[in-house]
Amino acid sequence: MSLTSEGGHGAVPTGAEIPVEPRPAASRRDWPLYEVFVRGKRGLNHVHVGSLHAPDDEMAVHAARDVYTRRNEGVSIWVVKAADITASSPDEKDPLFAPSGDKVYRHPTFYEIPEDVPHM
Amino acid sequence: MYEALDHAHGGEGHWAFGTGFDEPLAGVDTTVPDGIDPADLGEYCLVLGDDALVLAQRLTQWITAAPELEEEVAIANVALDLLGQARLLLARAGSVGVLGRSRDRATESIPDEDALAYFRDLDEFRNSGLVEAPNGDFARTMVRLLVAATVRLAVFTRLRGSRDPVLAAIAAKGVNELAYHRDHAARWVLRLGDGTAESHRRAQAAADTVWPLLADVFTATDVERRLTEAGVAVDPADVREEVSSVLTQVLDQATLRVPAWPADTAPRGRVGEHGPELAELLGTLQGLARQHPAATW
Amino acid sequence: MSAPTLERPAPDEAALQRQFDATIAADHRIEPRDWMPEGYRRTLIRQVAQHAHSEIIGMQPEGDWLLAAPSLRRKAILLAKVQDEAGHGMYLYSAAETLGADRADLTDKLIERKQKYSSIFNYPTLSYADVGVIGWLVDGAAICNQVPLCRSSYGPYARAMIRICKEESFHQRQGYELLMTMMRGTDEQRAMVQDSVDRWWWPSLMMFGPPDDDSPNSAQSMAWGIKRHSNDELRQRFVDMSVPQAEFLGVTLPDPDLTWDEQSGHWRFGAIDWDEFKRVISGHGPANDERIARRRAARDDNAWVTEAATAYARKHDGGRPAEEHAGSAA
Repeated sequence: MSLTSEGGHGAVPTGAEIPVEPRPAASRRDWPLYEVFVRGKRGLNHVHVGSLHAPDDEMAVHAARDVYTRRNEGVSIWVVKAADITASSPDEKDPLFAPSGDKVYRHPTFYEIPEDVPHM
Repeated sequence: MYEALDHAHGGEGHWAFGTGFDEPLAGVDTTVPDGIDPADLGEYCLVLGDDALVLAQRLTQWITAAPELEEEVAIANVALDLLGQARLLLARAGSVGVLGRSRDRATESIPDEDALAYFRDLDEFRNSGLVEAPNGDFARTMVRLLVAATVRLAVFTRLRGSRDPVLAAIAAKGVNELAYHRDHAARWVLRLGDGTAESHRRAQAAADTVWPLLADVFTATDVERRLTEAGVAVDPADVREEVSSVLTQVLDQATLRVPAWPADTAPRGRVGEHGPELAELLGTLQGLARQHPAATW
Repeated sequence: MSAPTLERPAPDEAALQRQFDATIAADHRIEPRDWMPEGYRRTLIRQVAQHAHSEIIGMQPEGDWLLAAPSLRRKAILLAKVQDEAGHGMYLYSAAETLGADRADLTDKLIERKQKYSSIFNYPTLSYADVGVIGWLVDGAAICNQVPLCRSSYGPYARAMIRICKEESFHQRQGYELLMTMMRGTDEQRAMVQDSVDRWWWPSLMMFGPPDDDSPNSAQSMAWGIKRHSNDELRQRFVDMSVPQAEFLGVTLPDPDLTWDEQSGHWRFGAIDWDEFKRVISGHGPANDERIARRRAARDDNAWVTEAATAYARKHDGGRPAEEHAGSAA
């Protein structure tokens, strides 16, 4: 058995005998995956904080409150089924949004401006 | 080792219950207003506190056994809220000198809330039979939580106007928590009642088992009667209609038959009459603390 | 309405690999939709899944004391802590799911013992002092392992770890505080603490895994930036931290060979019994069967609940219009 310390609690087997690929039967049993977005305080955007499984939208938003805010009041939560999200790069492994340095003119630091220009 | 984290996020803790966990009534003026009998007030706090303590203990039995991790977290939240209510109420009882026989065994180092939780005997507990019954399956657990939280929410809503300011403050804090507990349970009863044939059958069986436990919930004890007159407590009979209406609404929507409402009986749990199931629960709760009556934890 | 699907040039695997390597080299994060080598993906699923299993199984040893916690304050603290661990498991399963894994399937693999969890959770908790020692030593060791993972090269894993580490710091402190309180208590309590330290010290050192020269997959994981320090390095750091903490507490660590090495500035410790470690991790620890049996029961006994909620959602359009029932009042 090949053992490596990985993950939080130390050594676990890491050899080829540990299966990783999912079997579809179990996936069908699972509740759908939801993505959770939380507005931490007024004035801020909702930010993606993680995901959870829930049978439906109503249960999802309440579970999100329990899990991701541990019931701190004053926040706003959005949940959306992961399957309903349209992403910019639908084809996985597509380097569409690979970092590229060829459009530097989009960035404010591209423009050299003397430091004594007010309010820039 | 924590320094590495500091850049990654603000220092503010993110768990709901803080790391303080102070004495529950620290800094609170615990003077009893004129015209209120401290012994009655303390006894009433035990009624409310023991319900919360016993139900919290029952819910905690689900931890590591719940359906889905999301529900594990939700149940823990409910149990933590109830435990918090129990601590405040037992501390309030202790603050007016109501400690039963607990101080015969618990040493001075043990705070009132723990003396009352760990060193009272079975016949000194004041919880109702509703919360002391075993969990059963998930359906029965959620139906019982629905019923218990609905009753308690109705009582706490009114207790916000109690003449005892400490009790009023505890109730005001509890109302939001209890509404959340009730709603969580209601969502589940709806899904189990109107889910599959099996879940419907189990939910109906759960309602049929839980409803009879309401028999001694709405009969006031002498203490409750006296304190209601003094503007401190709520006569449980006064919330019966509201409770019945809420429960009927939920069960109807859940496509469940509302079981016959049981006939009122004389108070049992409220006057210290309990079955073997509470004895077992207390045995687990109290065992370790009682082995070390002089210890501090 | 939709545009015709036009053929695109086939991706250039070598270019993708170069891009991946450059991202790792620049210490930037790999994100779910990025191209990644198959070995990287598989290694991560395994690592994150077994990490998640450890959190979930790790609820049990302490959870065994929830009903019997000796004060209401301790009960609340422990319940909040065990609840956190359920949350940590969830965060990690979510991270694994961004790699194409599936939580229900990973749970099945845990229950079928195809995937493992940390051996530390196969030891029983025999006294309440164990709750404190788990917080101090086991969570302390976990923090040593986990803090570097906040910089893991895989974005979702790193973000989950940041959240987890933040919560873990409370776990370690509550453990140490419980032990300090017990050491100030009765003679019996002090004896409980010492006995607990005697039982947990060596298993805690084993948490860092086999010595570096016997840890074949570590090198690749370090090159990929999903493991940041070697086993022995982290173990040494943990020992150096723990020895003064033990002194402050007034307990003896059960290692006669523990000595201060002036020259290196480290504490030197005795030999670890790796045979025991291998026995426990392969399923022959004191509590393996019980741990798995409880997960199996939670899944099987409640399967009807999961199904009921799914059936309800199907009938009611995803549960959306539920405004009439009492439940939505808040």
